[in-house]
Amino acid sequence: MQPFSNHTGLVMPLDRVNVDTDQMIPKQFCKLLTREGYGRLLFFDWRYVDGEKPNPDFVLNWPRYQGASILLTRANFGCGSSREHAPWGVLDYGFRVLIGPSFADIFYNNCFKNGILPVTLPEAQVDDLFRRAEQHLGYRLSADLPNQTIADELGLQITFHIDPFRKQILLKGLDDIGMTLGHEAEITSFEKRHQPSATMYDPVDFSTPGPTK
Amino acid sequence: MRPRTMYEKIWEAHLVHEAPGQPALIYIDRHLIHEGTSPQAFAGLKATGRKVRRPDLTFAVMDHSVPTKNRDLPILDADAAAQFEALARNCRETGVQLFDMHSRNQGIVHIIGPELGITQPGQTIVCGDSHTSTHGAFGTLAFGIGTSEVEHVLATQCLSQFRSKTMHVLVHGKRPRGVTAKDLILAMIGRMGIAGGMGHVIEYGGEAIRALSMEGRMTVCNMSIEAGARAGMVAPDETTFAYMEDRPFVPRGKEFQQAVARWKAIDSDPEAKFDATVELDAAAIAPQVTWGTNPGMVSDVTGKVPDPASFLDPDEQKAAVRALEYMGLKPGTRLVDIPLDRVFIGSCTNSRLEDLRAAARVLAGKKIARSLKEALVVPGSRMVKAAAEKEGLDRIFTDAGFEWRDAGCSMCIGMNPDVLPSGERCASTSNRNFEGRQGKGGRTHLVSPIMAAAAALAGHFVDIREWDVDGAE
Ligand code: SF4
Repeated sequence: MQPFSNHTGLVMPLDRVNVDTDQMIPKQFCKLLTREGYGRLLFFDWRYVDGEKPNPDFVLNWPRYQGASILLTRANFGCGSSREHAPWGVLDYGFRVLIGPSFADIFYNNCFKNGILPVTLPEAQVDDLFRRAEQHLGYRLSADLPNQTIADELGLQITFHIDPFRKQILLKGLDDIGMTLGHEAEITSFEKRHQPSATMYDPVDFSTPGPTK
Repeated sequence: MRPRTMYEKIWEAHLVHEAPGQPALIYIDRHLIHEGTSPQAFAGLKATGRKVRRPDLTFAVMDHSVPTKNRDLPILDADAAAQFEALARNCRETGVQLFDMHSRNQGIVHIIGPELGITQPGQTIVCGDSHTSTHGAFGTLAFGIGTSEVEHVLATQCLSQFRSKTMHVLVHGKRPRGVTAKDLILAMIGRMGIAGGMGHVIEYGGEAIRALSMEGRMTVCNMSIEAGARAGMVAPDETTFAYMEDRPFVPRGKEFQQAVARWKAIDSDPEAKFDATVELDAAAIAPQVTWGTNPGMVSDVTGKVPDPASFLDPDEQKAAVRALEYMGLKPGTRLVDIPLDRVFIGSCTNSRLEDLRAAARVLAGKKIARSLKEALVVPGSRMVKAAAEKEGLDRIFTDAGFEWRDAGCSMCIGMNPDVLPSGERCASTSNRNFEGRQGKGGRTHLVSPIMAAAAALAGHFVDIREWDVDGAE
């Protein structure tokens, strides 16, 4: 995962509450076997008419927001399906920072696995950012993770809260599987104590029979 | 000892590592996987040279993209075929136990876990699927995870997690006739909103929850995620134990008695504190119908499509305007006057034997409305299908004009050929009415199985309470 420290970029406001992950990457693309290439599919049904022509009414297609890398969202962004294709799409499109009043739990977790910084701010501050992004052509923000601030070029500076552990994960681009494997001794001793098992008492119809012990 | 909630007990029993300021490492008892969210996780393992730590605790099934008819023919959708191949290959290479689409135990992942007894009280269960909350009906801590986390669990059998907050949802009183578990949970979501449970694990209790069958409890826990909750749980009781006995993965005889004794201790202590409590009166709940594009946009069947101006919050007003435009509905329209094109009975929310029996009781001896283009019933698993056929339910459905299909997710998500065409309106027993969920441009109304069956007969929604059928019990 690529680390995240600072990012400055053009801001795109997406003025909709409860944007669910089905809207970010519709199900037909969840059949692909890769983690890459979802950027052109992001917000597919909102973004394209008949699956190909850019929909001029959708904000992502407006000329003023081309090249945006910071996404302003409304409450409960990323609700619904757990599909990680959603943050893969967000990242592959070019968004590195998401700013909103709240994010759905699974989506929020998934962001940290992919080097995306989700910033949670009080509703009033998000409202203010929406106004600024809509009023000022080419409105840009800088996100500074080490200092936990968001700043614009007009003098606005906002501090945000982030869990210190998650902050480190992003800053260092840590591989959390590797970190967990560092606790190998504890995992093994847990397994010794608890003997987790799935014993089959009546045969079931497995296509692959599973491990032989 | 400090009184603890069921969530806290299970959490603490699975702690592998805990340090201040860090997420805890918890052990995962059962890892369920399907073709949709696992290929990238296996690819990640391969790329890093890591192994599946506990294939014996990992169960894979093909459900999301499987066809529900002519399963013996070649899969024409190349992307779906590649998914199936990838899952089969990954399972073969790693020793993970797979139910492929030809297994007689195949079905939707959240249906087969409980039905095979893979799901047991007190466990931690994860799956790369948000409706993993279903398994909480057994007093398990079960929740959905992303693909990176699937990879993490495959490699370590652990998950790095922050503790959630707890919420107690108490549903008091008795459900009126015609009001099902689906109506309880839809009414709850309508009241607290689709983000109302955010950050929380819900424990359901109260007389109306206790009175539910395991199937009903699964329906309730299944949709916890639609309230934004991390998981939903119901403490195990005699109903749970009776359901579990003799399932393939459940211990027998004396071992079963010992397990039951352990399971009984999982319940929250009487003095345990929850971070939030919500109370509902079951007697006041009516059959529910969604009118919008998320499960919180729901109303009593006696209600009308709301006027967006009636919402106080400007964001909600805008969302309602958009939803009505998408749904092709006008404010003030009575819900019972909404005509339907299709009916879908299926999904991990409502496709168990009890659901099919209830719908069949409504349909018995009757015909679906001529105006319907299609009515589908898709059993949640091949075992449900076989059991239903043994009782003759398939005949009741097909005589009424329904198509009787093979098991899978089907039109809940439309990843297989069962897609709701654009502009068409469907009464569905599934769990999500998001834009495009059942098919691009498709219009979904979520209802219970008996409401869906009644709507199929009438061609529009009806208040099932006004019908004199057994199914409404
Ligand atoms: S039935 Fe629908 S909600 Fe359930 S697992 Fe399948 S796609 Fe997901």
